[in-house]
Amino acid sequence: MNDSTPYQGEATPELLFKKRLGLALCGLYALAYCGFVFLAVHDVTLMDTVMLFGLNLAAFYGLGLIVLALVLAMIYSVACNRRENAASTERRNG
Amino acid sequence: MISFIIFAFFVGGLFWLSWFLGRRNSSESGFFVAGGQIHWFVNGIALTGGYLSAASFLGICGMISFSGFDGFLYSIGFLSGWVVALFVVAEPLRRLGKYTFADALESRFNSRKIHLAAGISTLVICICYLVPQMVGAGVLIEPLLGLPHHWGVILVGGVVIMIVASAGMSSTTYVQFIKAGMLITFSLVLVIAILVRGFDTEPEQVNIYGQNKPATGTRTLLLDADKTWPERLKKTPYTFTAELPDPAEPAVRWIRLDDQQPEKTAPKQSWWRMTRSGTDKLTLQRAQFIINKPDGTRIINGDEKGSLAQLAAMGRILRFGTNSAHSGRREPVGFFKMLRLFADPETLVELPRKTTLRYKGQSITLIYGKRVAGNELMRPGGHFKIGKESPWGRVNFISLMIALFFGTAALPHVLIRYYTVKDSTAARKSTITAISAIGLFYILTLFLGLGAIGNGVLNPLSDNMSAPLLARSFGNLLFAIISALAFATVLGTVSGLIVAASGAVANDLMDKFFKRNMEGRKKVIAAKTTAVTVGILAVILGIVFKGLNVGFLVGLAFAVAASANFPAIIMVLFWKKTTPQGIVASILTGTAVSLGLILMGPELFQLYGYSKADAWVPLGQPAIIAMPLSFLTLIAVSLFTGKKTAPAE
Repeated sequence: MNDSTPYQGEATPELLFKKRLGLALCGLYALAYCGFVFLAVHDVTLMDTVMLFGLNLAAFYGLGLIVLALVLAMIYSVACNRRENAASTERRNG
Repeated sequence: MISFIIFAFFVGGLFWLSWFLGRRNSSESGFFVAGGQIHWFVNGIALTGGYLSAASFLGICGMISFSGFDGFLYSIGFLSGWVVALFVVAEPLRRLGKYTFADALESRFNSRKIHLAAGISTLVICICYLVPQMVGAGVLIEPLLGLPHHWGVILVGGVVIMIVASAGMSSTTYVQFIKAGMLITFSLVLVIAILVRGFDTEPEQVNIYGQNKPATGTRTLLLDADKTWPERLKKTPYTFTAELPDPAEPAVRWIRLDDQQPEKTAPKQSWWRMTRSGTDKLTLQRAQFIINKPDGTRIINGDEKGSLAQLAAMGRILRFGTNSAHSGRREPVGFFKMLRLFADPETLVELPRKTTLRYKGQSITLIYGKRVAGNELMRPGGHFKIGKESPWGRVNFISLMIALFFGTAALPHVLIRYYTVKDSTAARKSTITAISAIGLFYILTLFLGLGAIGNGVLNPLSDNMSAPLLARSFGNLLFAIISALAFATVLGTVSGLIVAASGAVANDLMDKFFKRNMEGRKKVIAAKTTAVTVGILAVILGIVFKGLNVGFLVGLAFAVAASANFPAIIMVLFWKKTTPQGIVASILTGTAVSLGLILMGPELFQLYGYSKADAWVPLGQPAIIAMPLSFLTLIAVSLFTGKKTAPAE
């Protein structure tokens, strides 16, 4: 239950970095998600369009949203880990 | 017998695990958050186990197999919600809280009322989420152990209450961990089996229990429209008895014909769905039927004993489209080829549909096959009528997608998992593990749902059993394993929900709001008492809500979470002018409005015994109204009260 990073420290550079990166990636994903919803509501027959691997747009976009979530999560993870490691190295070096 | 042995082995194993872990951890922190020392990977898979509920496994696969791509919308939405949870909520909330998300909300203020409001919303969401799990349990038990639905619900309730009351979060974590690992592994095995087996247009004819019994079969008559009934039926063994209108489709008539030369396997009485073909022809499609007599007895497909074993399983591919280059024979197909095959506009599939008529004081349920082109099956619109004139289909669709996107990050049993790890970094890693595992599973649901159609295993009376019945088509062993896993899925999710509900009552309501000053053992006893009470309530509701799709029911729980909790969480993290009064007003408004809209909506009116058209509110999904209203309430009340009291930073 010990958390070394208190919420009041939100202004530390690594916390600000994570917050901004998180919001940016969330915004990016939300745009892709809204695009799917908009296409379906605007003209559902557009979802029949054949895309890569012969998949229709609905399956391609739907599976793509799942894969995109995984990719963005990995990017966020790698970026946060690097930033945290760099910050802890800086702290150790004074 | 093998089904029962495997099932008993699973449940026995879970009991042992609970008892073993319960011995080691009986403190207050141990009960609520497993001491906050769970490894991030174990926690991530446990998050997966808690999240992949009956809705994900039974509900989504079932909805895909009955409504096509609309079921997969739930998969997309359920996973997308994790993006919000990971990028916006997980780490800050972990830094703020202790046992429940109310601790996090309250951390900036010193307000007992926040605990009251958050405790109430947590209880409401947990109960909304518990109902479909219990319905799923009842559905599973019927074919597995041959027990009625309500015994399945009671069995799950009893087992879960014992698991949670024995050790709280520790046992729940490991139950969820093991179950998630096995569920994903065996779902992958099942998908590979589907792909290796392939598809043809004549799947094995079985009844709804997967047994090879003579089924009613499909038959179609093409008759002249301009003749009288005796003339039309001259060359057939049938005589005309009755013609009734379809209650939902004006262009459809239901015809009762009696067989003049009854064979042993053919019912004397038969019911046919009549539609007009062109200007001069009538098409009669034979239906399965269940006659419920006023004295409580029933006839199923002519069987006077009313055995459900007389009901044929449905779903099949009637024609393969040429674009997918399928030979028509059963041969292995690849991942993409299977999706291409079902999405081909020339592919034709038959899905089960039913309608109910009144005839001579009897209620008659008629089950028929609806023919759907591949491109219609594999695009949104099968369940949500987004292509039709009625605007409500589109509004419901958008509202559902909002609820799923924002609801995940506000579910109490997900939020509580951020406190079972040691710090915010571990919370982030857990969430990423969960996203990876959940994403893989949700991709599999599409193949499971479509596989159930192509293998002709759909129970026309319940879409919730599609995945286990699909497993049964590969033998009783796989069926037993998948059913036991589905049961464990229900147990894992229900355990997490009951722990979250217990925390809300013991920590937020009794300790923080009513100031009972409960510490340690007293708080744990209060939580265990709550676990028993909530478990009993869930059992009762699980029996009442029998028959509704569990995926749909969970969607409603997401709507309540997105409306009640999400605005408060986001604003407390990102808007400095948020006041405790604003948080309380927002949570209560979101809870009341979303719950009110659900109770007055079409689906619940159908459950009350009325038609959907009688509903007071035509909206089936409440988030599109309730969530913005909750945000607006928080902003308005915070601005109004902020002038009087500045928040304590």
